[in-house]
Amino acid sequence: MKHFLDIAEINRESLIELLDLTANMAEINRRPVPKVPALRGKVVATVFFEDSTRTRISFDTAAKRLSADVMGFTASASSINKGESIRDTIETLEAIGVDAFVIRHKSGGVPATVTKWSDASIINAGDGANQHPTQALLDSYTIREHFGGQDLTGLRIAIVGDVRHSRVARSDIQAFTKLGASVTIVGPSTLLPSDVTGWPVEVCHEFDSVIGDSDVIYMLRLQRERMNSAFVPSLEEYAQRFGLDKSRVNRMRAGSIVMHPGPMNRGVEMCVDPAEISNSLILRQVTNGVSARMAVLFKLLGAGGIPEGEG
Amino acid sequence: MSSTVVEVFSAQDVIKSITRIAHEILERNADGETPVLIGVQSGGTWIAKAIKEALDRIKSDNAILCGAIDAGMHRDDIGMRPVVAAHSSSIPVDLSGATVILVDDVLFTGRTVRAALEALNEYGRPRCVQLAVLVDRGHRELPIRPDFVGKNIPTKATDEVSVSADGVFVEAR
Repeated sequence: MKHFLDIAEINRESLIELLDLTANMAEINRRPVPKVPALRGKVVATVFFEDSTRTRISFDTAAKRLSADVMGFTASASSINKGESIRDTIETLEAIGVDAFVIRHKSGGVPATVTKWSDASIINAGDGANQHPTQALLDSYTIREHFGGQDLTGLRIAIVGDVRHSRVARSDIQAFTKLGASVTIVGPSTLLPSDVTGWPVEVCHEFDSVIGDSDVIYMLRLQRERMNSAFVPSLEEYAQRFGLDKSRVNRMRAGSIVMHPGPMNRGVEMCVDPAEISNSLILRQVTNGVSARMAVLFKLLGAGGIPEGEG
Repeated sequence: MSSTVVEVFSAQDVIKSITRIAHEILERNADGETPVLIGVQSGGTWIAKAIKEALDRIKSDNAILCGAIDAGMHRDDIGMRPVVAAHSSSIPVDLSGATVILVDDVLFTGRTVRAALEALNEYGRPRCVQLAVLVDRGHRELPIRPDFVGKNIPTKATDEVSVSADGVFVEAR
């Protein structure tokens, strides 16, 4: 498989291999000269139809550290504003010469659709509320790096907040459970998916009841831009029930960690300054993001793709 | 067609070669700085460690440093064949000005050594790099020659050569 679209398409063995490859890339990033010629001559186009800071810069850095050339594209500064379609945009860029498209779009399924229009590798950098597979890879790596071991067997992970609108949660749940962790989603029923049949998770509506026995507290951003009706009565009430504050941090298990995919809503889901808590891995996630994306780019463009097979 | 595996080097021969290479390294670098041994991932790393142990027995000052270099990201055949980069580099010291002994198990086309030399450069500019290999099987495709050789073994380009502490085996294909 030459694309990286959805954690569901990647089996456990391939996922662990990608984590091992991420560890190798992390070693490259610790070198005095963190750059290797592996993808010299390859062109990676980052095509973002939706705003992003860290994902885009992270992919950009990852591609450059592997010596690929990077073609940047931002919808707001492009001919999309003149009415050019996604398909025409992709075909235009491909005519210039692209080996991999890194695509973000506000609608689920766009990266998968682009595979039909292009011979290049397609990497999903977030599509609507569907998937964000490189985030799941960097999150899994960050957890594995912290707790050690080959996978996440035996770890209890609470994903807290706006699961309904979260592509990060969907990808993370698939990756964490494939790697052996048990996952509980926590939030008000309005912010959890209406139907969790088939989801390998437990559901909980009280943050305080999971805080003491989770190894990982994974806070999600309250996605105000995706909300078209009132999902929470007020931000203050949400913060009180589901925000991470000092008192909740103090009740966390010894050795447990806090994660957040960013960007944070301070005073909403994050009521504590992460710089003030010793067990926050939030910046570690950002650092590891570059290594994880290098692993994906190298696997697709330099090492023949990801072996097929679900499971 | 059944393939045949021939032992060309016994476990005992491997130990003897490693000890001899250690002596040659000392002789060559008698008046210079203490060399740093760097094994090429993955086949060269155990040999680098074995040479270090042999040097420690001879010199007994334990001053020899030993590391590993992964050349996978510097290869010239990336994309032409599946690459499994399952090993990483660990370089114990800044290599600027150092005498480096690059160690691998088998010297064949020379392409791995070229990639390793390029990878080494990212850790500093060594004063010089010398190459030690347990087996030189010929068929060079680049102008690269070893400084220390355990054994020269004539092979066909299609033969498979495998090296371990148990010996050196050639399988005709």
